[in-house]
Amino acid sequence: MRGDQPLLQVSHVRKHYGAIQALRDINFDVYPGEVVGLVGDNGAGKSTTIRILSGVEVPDGGDVIFEGSKVSLKGPLDAQMLGVETVYQDLALALHLDVASNLFLGREELQRGWRGRFGFLNRKEMMRQAEEILVQMNVQIKDIRQKVGELSGGQRQSIAIARATSRGAKLILLDEPTAALGVQESAKVLELIKKLRSQGVAVILISHTMPHVLEVTDRIVVLRRGQVGGILTTKDTTLEEVVQYITGAKSQHSEKEGVLA
Amino acid sequence: MSNPMPTATTLNSTKHQRINIMEKLGDYWTLCVLVVIILVFGILAPSFFSAFNFLSTTTSATEILLLAIGETFVIITSGIDLSVGAVLGLSGITAGMAMQALGNDALSLIVGILVGLLTGLIFGLVNGFVVAKMNITPFIATLGTMGIASGITFLLSNGADITALPTPLTSFGSGNIASFISYPVIVTALLCVISGIALAKSRFGVHTYAIGSNQEAARRTGINVPRHIIKIYGISGLMAGASGIIVAARFASASPISGQNDELNAIAAVVIGGASLFGGRGNILGTVVGSIIIAVLASGLVIVNVQAYWQTVAVGMIIIAAVFVEQLRHRNK
Ligand SMILES: Nc1ncnc2c1ncn2[C@@H]1O[C@H](COP(=O)(O)OP(=O)(O)OP(=O)(O)O)[C@@H](O)[C@H]1O
Ligand SMILES: [Mg+2]
Repeated sequence: MRGDQPLLQVSHVRKHYGAIQALRDINFDVYPGEVVGLVGDNGAGKSTTIRILSGVEVPDGGDVIFEGSKVSLKGPLDAQMLGVETVYQDLALALHLDVASNLFLGREELQRGWRGRFGFLNRKEMMRQAEEILVQMNVQIKDIRQKVGELSGGQRQSIAIARATSRGAKLILLDEPTAALGVQESAKVLELIKKLRSQGVAVILISHTMPHVLEVTDRIVVLRRGQVGGILTTKDTTLEEVVQYITGAKSQHSEKEGVLA
Repeated sequence: MSNPMPTATTLNSTKHQRINIMEKLGDYWTLCVLVVIILVFGILAPSFFSAFNFLSTTTSATEILLLAIGETFVIITSGIDLSVGAVLGLSGITAGMAMQALGNDALSLIVGILVGLLTGLIFGLVNGFVVAKMNITPFIATLGTMGIASGITFLLSNGADITALPTPLTSFGSGNIASFISYPVIVTALLCVISGIALAKSRFGVHTYAIGSNQEAARRTGINVPRHIIKIYGISGLMAGASGIIVAARFASASPISGQNDELNAIAAVVIGGASLFGGRGNILGTVVGSIIIAVLASGLVIVNVQAYWQTVAVGMIIIAAVFVEQLRHRNK
């Protein structure tokens, strides 16, 4: 999996909110098709990191390097252009619209000819492609004409992820995708993440549920007080070790620049 | 004998016969309410079924229906447009003044219509701008423009009607086919079909529902939400302009008091038609049914010799019942 160029390099990224130094010095890479877990205690800086990568926040310093070149993300659309899609905690689905409309929201298929020019939707084509995307992602939904508001939390999460992939994402950012889900629904979302990897899509997964992180990730980046406390290879680590890094009992860095204890 | 209650009792009994019936009737239950109201009036007063009553009821329904079409778009985005009634009045006056100044010919007619529509459009776009760009809540924004529009109406007209309207306009207003379908009804029906198709079949329609359903989601998928909202209020203003011109045509006179309180009936029609003030839900067919219910109550109560004031009482009860039933239906899912 390694060997090729990293898809994403985060280098010395810093961000503060007023007096709070949310990110002190963040460094890590993500390779194509790799699932990287981003873990850490509350307030460690996970969501802030994601917001910077998705273009919602601008870092104070440091570089975000995508496919070898430095990028400056001014907004979510910039990130989407590059192929970075974020599935937000609140999912950003329109509950009154059906599955197909949600999958194609903002880039609807139009009919050919004059009808297309008047903005007439090509519902048939959208339904066909929606069906295809869902089958490909192994998402089970009885009827894609169902309104998203009538679906379960897991199905919604799956649709949000499927939408991100179907837009040609190379990197998908997931902020606690299983937080609100039951056991079975979580399992489905984890399957979906494995599916993404098999299709060569890279994923950054934020989660507080360590078994989930250990199950699907290739590597784990542990954040602690706005710094990277350690980067672990999932198959060579244990739950205990990850927790030790999270709590600061273990660290790969000699703590520089006098961090307050 | 003469009793406005049948409508309400019908609703109540349907409601109590378990929600099952509601489920089966689905989105068509308001249509059933309309049919029942019509049957009740027809039984109480057979003249209710005359061609003349059909002509006059449908024609008078156009005033509210045109406003309600625009209001449907606005309400689906979870907005509200309180200014439509006042803009209707102002558009009638500006169109009337233009036509009065230009005389009784085709040019005057065309310019007058354009002036009326433009008045509506400008007010609509201003509403949209205030809502989308200045982040003023729709209720306050359109309450403001409602006051502005009605003030300007009286400043321009000095409170007087304008009766010097071109003949083609007034003959359009009173014209009909086979004493049955009036020209205003034909124009309104056409606008209903166009807007219904736009809402149900076009990208513009999907984006309208998406914005009402989850504005943040719409924004994140790259939809230009402010621009869309400005267009939506523009449509509402334009429809108010069209309604103002048609009202002036029907009465062969542009009156500064036209449209007063119409916004409440237009909103009522949209809500009776199944739209949700929280956004994301609503459709033109429902709005048509809602508007016709209001018009039928008005004409029916007069025909059965009930004081016309009972109409607002009945409409008020139907609004509450309609929202209550919608809540039951959506909770049951
Ligand atoms: N918009 C903001 N304004 C001020 N402070 C903020 C803001 N966002 C985050 N912070 C602060 O930055 C630090 C990192 O927050 P962040 O949300 O990234 O943590 P997290 O790792 O996602 O935590 P959690 O696991 O609780 O979601 C915290 O101290 C937080 O209070
Ligand atoms: Mg967080």
